[in-house]
Amino acid sequence: MGIEVQNVSKTFRSFKALKDVSLKVEDGELITLLGPSGSGKTTLLRIIAGLELPDDDNKGSVLFSGEDVAKKHVRDRQVGFVFQHYALFKHMSVFDNIAFGLRVRPKHERPSKQAIADKVTSLLKLIQLEQFATRFPSQLSGGQRQRVALARALAIEPRVLLLDEPFGALDAKVRQGLRTWLRRLHDEVHVTTILVTHDQEEALEVADRVVVMNQSKIEQVGTPEEVFHKPASEFVIDFLGNVNVFKGRLESGRAHFDSLAMDVPGLAHAPTGNANVYIRPHDLEIDRTKIGSQSLAANIERINPAGAHAKLTLLGVDGNEIQVDLPFERFTALNLKQGELVYVSPRKVHVFAPEYMI
Amino acid sequence: MSPLQETQRLKNQTTLPNTVQTTVLKPTAKFIDLLSSLVPGFLITLAVGFMTLFLVLPLAVIFIEAFKLGIVEYFKSFQDPSAWHAIKLTLIATGISLPLNLVFGIAAAWAIAKFEFVGKSVLITLIDLPFAVSPIISGLIFVLMFGLQGWFGAWLAERDLQIIFAVPGIVLATIFVTFPFVARELIPLMQEQGSDEEQAAISLGATGWQSFYYITLPNIKWAVLYGVILCNARAMGEFGAVSVVSGHIRGKTNTVPLHIEILYNEYNVVAAFAMASLLALMGLVTLALKTFLEWKVQQDRNTTLEPTLAEVH
Ligand SMILES: Nc1ncnc2c1ncn2[C@@H]1O[C@H](COP(=O)(O)OP(=O)(O)OP(=O)(O)O)[C@@H](O)[C@H]1O
Ligand SMILES: [Mg+2]
Repeated sequence: MGIEVQNVSKTFRSFKALKDVSLKVEDGELITLLGPSGSGKTTLLRIIAGLELPDDDNKGSVLFSGEDVAKKHVRDRQVGFVFQHYALFKHMSVFDNIAFGLRVRPKHERPSKQAIADKVTSLLKLIQLEQFATRFPSQLSGGQRQRVALARALAIEPRVLLLDEPFGALDAKVRQGLRTWLRRLHDEVHVTTILVTHDQEEALEVADRVVVMNQSKIEQVGTPEEVFHKPASEFVIDFLGNVNVFKGRLESGRAHFDSLAMDVPGLAHAPTGNANVYIRPHDLEIDRTKIGSQSLAANIERINPAGAHAKLTLLGVDGNEIQVDLPFERFTALNLKQGELVYVSPRKVHVFAPEYMI
Repeated sequence: MSPLQETQRLKNQTTLPNTVQTTVLKPTAKFIDLLSSLVPGFLITLAVGFMTLFLVLPLAVIFIEAFKLGIVEYFKSFQDPSAWHAIKLTLIATGISLPLNLVFGIAAAWAIAKFEFVGKSVLITLIDLPFAVSPIISGLIFVLMFGLQGWFGAWLAERDLQIIFAVPGIVLATIFVTFPFVARELIPLMQEQGSDEEQAAISLGATGWQSFYYITLPNIKWAVLYGVILCNARAMGEFGAVSVVSGHIRGKTNTVPLHIEILYNEYNVVAAFAMASLLALMGLVTLALKTFLEWKVQQDRNTTLEPTLAEVH
């Protein structure tokens, strides 16, 4: 089922938690909502679920498969909502938790006891917790609780699955495991899914499309590739991973920063003015000798060779700190040492002219 | 310099040379050790002595006095019809006010803990009102409203309805004094538990009533019982407010505590203490139940799920 959010705003007392947000989610898609704390992710999710009502400004609406659900109560929307802190029923066993949504149905819609048991058993198998049916939530690990919460939401065969930072409270390794598991699950059941996270790695890894939010607004919507390689704003490039920022100037389509000047095709007609130049650490090349004019002299301050990339911190002659990620083979081939003078040259830059953008 | 300031100055002077004092005390460190081992013992003795004198002894006296003339006399006290009537009235007043305050308490706590609304702080303050005002004043409020000279007095008299100096007044006064107990016990617990579980239930298709019955109630049941126990103890033992509205009509508007007072004033010591022994017994049972429930409520609190960092198996 496709979801459409149109011009939705949400005000808490005087605080605007959502400002005129519009978003379209295709049927069967897995979307991640990514953004810093307080950017309105949970609020948007709760409005879609019907746990919160959008501002009554005659503009905002939420559509499920093209149908306005404003009048529909949460319980009739058939959404599977997984809460940030699980919200498992702690006085019920795992089995009863998962069965809850089926048991509370009105008599004529309620499946038989046997059908419920079968359904729960198959879900337990799906979340790989078959032998835990009689346990209580307090006797489960965090990752297990999370999977129970997911199974409970899936039991009602929701038309849409809404997950609010489902892996937020777990450690890195467990998150990784659950993430891959969730992606595989989604490929199997294909229910439209919106997942909230403030972990950019998670967002980029599992999503068909990523929605980047900041300060109650949507900054960019796109595939993981698009938001990473073609960030629409300074916020997006800054939020998605490490990045070096240089203050520079834009003059007739060329960006000048430090001692470099580069053509910026996208901003060819922008007026002359200040510009910020963003370069990802892995888009910088290092050499011992100066090649051409497009390189900056810098001293190697620190080297962290642990990992697939060697992470280098350089100090430019202008006093700029520059982060560089070098493939490990390249790093060993160059045999770089701390304190050495080297030349860095950018392969790819992102230029934003603040005055022009807005 | 005034004499007061002078003494203050002297005091300051005497306490100033701190270092000197410690060096003087150093050789007596053993004495301090001895003292610190004696102090706890002393304090415990003091506390136990105090409790014996003011709590255990009176309790014992009640039973000793009640049984002074033997077990036959003791049970004879209850054969007096007015004693029976007092017990019945107390049970009626408690029996009506308890369920009402149970419903009210849960409703109020639910509203306060799970919803935001205008006038919430006013409601919280109002719940505490019966704790804040003296029971006598509580009683007088009802006399002021429903008494013959009161606001609704004439209106009630016209219709031949009597509230003050009658059973309805006693019930009203009891409800009023006991209404904070259930709500007060539930509000902090329900606030702590939040409404996540209820929201989850609703999103899974439960109705408001189902979510209350299957989710909220099991989470608060021990706290509810705890509140009910305290409410019950107070309802049965209430003297002040009930005394004002009852009129002390023997065999008609006397509750157990009021009846005890009358018997005592008539020097009918055995009967008075026999009745008192009932209240004391109920107090002891309350205490035992209360201790048990406190433990249960604490368990409910402890099982609030904290995210763990354990591995996926
Ligand atoms: N019920 C509420 N009353 C008042 N303000 C609220 C309420 N719910 C959310 N807000 C405010 O709205 C803003 C957005 O909140 P929201 O929970 O949507 O953020 P979020 O993006 O989910 O953040 P996080 O990553 O920390 O969960 C926050 O500033 C928050 O304080
Ligand atoms: Mg949130």
